[in-house]
Amino acid sequence: MSAADGAGTGGAGGAGGSGAGARTGAAATARARAEHGVAVLPAVFGDEGRRKLDAILARYPAKSGALLPALWMVQEAHGWVSPEGMAEVAAVLGLTPAYVKGVVTFYTMYHQHPVGKYFVQVCTTTPCNVCGAEDVVAAFLKATGAGALGATSPDGLWTVVESECLGACGFATPVMINDDFIEGVTAESVPALVARYR
Amino acid sequence: MGFPHPPHPRETQVLSRWFGDAEARTYAGWIKRGGYAALEQALGMTREQVIEEVKTSGLRGRGGAGFPAGVKWSFMPRQKTKAHYLCCNADESEPGTFKDREIMRWTPHQLLEGCAIAAYAIQAEQVFLYIRGEFTEPLRIMQAALDEAYARGVLGANAMGKGVRIDITIHRGAGAYICGEETALMNSIEGKRGNPRIRPPFPAAVGVFGCPTTINNVETLSSVPHIIARGGAWYKGLSLSSPKSTGTKLFSICGTVARPGNYEVTMGFPLKELLLDLAGGMRPGRTLKAVIPGGSSVPILTAEEAMDTLLDYEGCVAKGTMLGSGGMIVLDDSVDMVYQVMRLARFYAHESCAQCTQCREGTAWTVKILQRILGGEGRPADLDVLLDLSEQMTGRTICVLSDSCAAPVVSAIRKFRPEFERYLGHGKAAARA
Ligand SMILES: Cc1cc2nc3c(=O)[nH]c(=O)nc-3n(C[C@H](O)[C@H](O)[C@H](O)COP(=O)(O)O)c2cc1C
Ligand code: FES
Repeated sequence: MSAADGAGTGGAGGAGGSGAGARTGAAATARARAEHGVAVLPAVFGDEGRRKLDAILARYPAKSGALLPALWMVQEAHGWVSPEGMAEVAAVLGLTPAYVKGVVTFYTMYHQHPVGKYFVQVCTTTPCNVCGAEDVVAAFLKATGAGALGATSPDGLWTVVESECLGACGFATPVMINDDFIEGVTAESVPALVARYR
Repeated sequence: MGFPHPPHPRETQVLSRWFGDAEARTYAGWIKRGGYAALEQALGMTREQVIEEVKTSGLRGRGGAGFPAGVKWSFMPRQKTKAHYLCCNADESEPGTFKDREIMRWTPHQLLEGCAIAAYAIQAEQVFLYIRGEFTEPLRIMQAALDEAYARGVLGANAMGKGVRIDITIHRGAGAYICGEETALMNSIEGKRGNPRIRPPFPAAVGVFGCPTTINNVETLSSVPHIIARGGAWYKGLSLSSPKSTGTKLFSICGTVARPGNYEVTMGFPLKELLLDLAGGMRPGRTLKAVIPGGSSVPILTAEEAMDTLLDYEGCVAKGTMLGSGGMIVLDDSVDMVYQVMRLARFYAHESCAQCTQCREGTAWTVKILQRILGGEGRPADLDVLLDLSEQMTGRTICVLSDSCAAPVVSAIRKFRPEFERYLGHGKAAARA
């Protein structure tokens, strides 16, 4: 526990190169980013993050149980799960960055790249599909200017993707905009919905 | 109730009684509605008595497989040598199914109470409530209820002041249908990729974190407080049909139907009446083509078959399908069966964890061949290739995701073959005409 504690509070996102062991990769990436003028992501497990993580760790009999929650913390802080974020999580939980990446890539909700300010997921699985879900997708691509699935609009605001069943099939078509879950969206209602976020 | 519609007189509201009533979400509101009395009662019984009562009720798992809940609980070791765990499966990702979401949104304490009673029965001090990552609203509501339950001493080291430790932790998923499979779910809680595990060992022997574990669905656990409060015999008596299918069931109805929603009826209710009376039948000018009765993983019924199916485990099997999760997908005559079957196969291909060759390759090839057919480039042998492929995908893998892809494909080709053949013979021009 203590080894991870030490590694975790050092601020893995900082460009100071203070890391050792598993954290060297994160520090090096961060330094490279800084040199190339790419924004450095702040550490997630500083004092407050660390306290939150400790509370989570207390609920699991093994540290690895906190992996999914810790990755959620990273995504909440940064908007995506960057290589630095993965390395930081690996360090605080005593895992390897490769292991963490293996887990991240399994789950569709962790963004492995930055996405638009508004991340739109439209369910297009059969029950919604037969109720016009594909028209809803087309309407979003048009209204947001994102143009193509998975692409981000030129203003950086919108990324639109199709998702599989969102577990709200009776409320076709459900749409998620970031953490907002919106039921009963139709192609006609999309422009007003998009305008509400703009 | 047929939430979001007003209750229908033919429903039997047990689980859904407080849907739509926001006050029931709060601890005070739940107490006012008689909440947590069943937990108090259960904690005054022996663990064996609780399990016996649930066995008497005949309650079967509502997550899809229909395994008797009391029997499952009795598989847990009597002599406790290490920690025991209960996992509540709130991953609800089976296309067509949206009942657990409604239970969590409206009656979070109903679920917490069921979790606590089950945890007591199986000697689990810790419960993991695994909620799919997309369920942001249920997550928020469950967390608020959980915080209140702790603040009121319902949970914790001295639950209800009875000297029993019951902790409940919400574990948020992160997007993966397969994590609803119980062993994948345990891996996901352990911070692993959600790959299903080979059984044996079964979870009751080696489950989450290597300890004896029981996994139950949200609806299963939410039924438990009612069984304790009103008796197993009462619950068993609710059935209209087979003594093997008891109690009430929430049916999620969706697709091209007039009033989609959740309807709670007793087991053995006629599908025809649920569809035509409660859910309002077809949309104006439309006729019924097919029904997938148990979530997308079960064989498709033709309109004719659906019209005399009884909604219980045996009734669905008698028609060559399964009750599954009770998520009913209604398809009318406007639906292109070939395209929608491809869309379902795409779901399984997307969600395959890719451990088993039959599933990884089989789901992907099923999609490719169906897309080829849809694109007007189907070959005469393609339908037989699909049937053969589906057979190779059935009963050969670690979990049944592969079988779940095959079931709708095979039944659709068998029952709606002319629709597939129309695409085959006519080249690109006629495709999707
Ligand atoms: C691919 C797959 C997905 C599943 N998804 C779910 C699910 O989302 N929710 C659920 O309760 N059960 C799901 N199950 C069934 C679980 O494995 C398990 O049988 C169930 O949670 C046990 O609870 P029960 O006995 O109360 O039904 C799934 C099974 C498979 C094979
Ligand atoms: S199919 Fe769209 S939410 Fe289930």
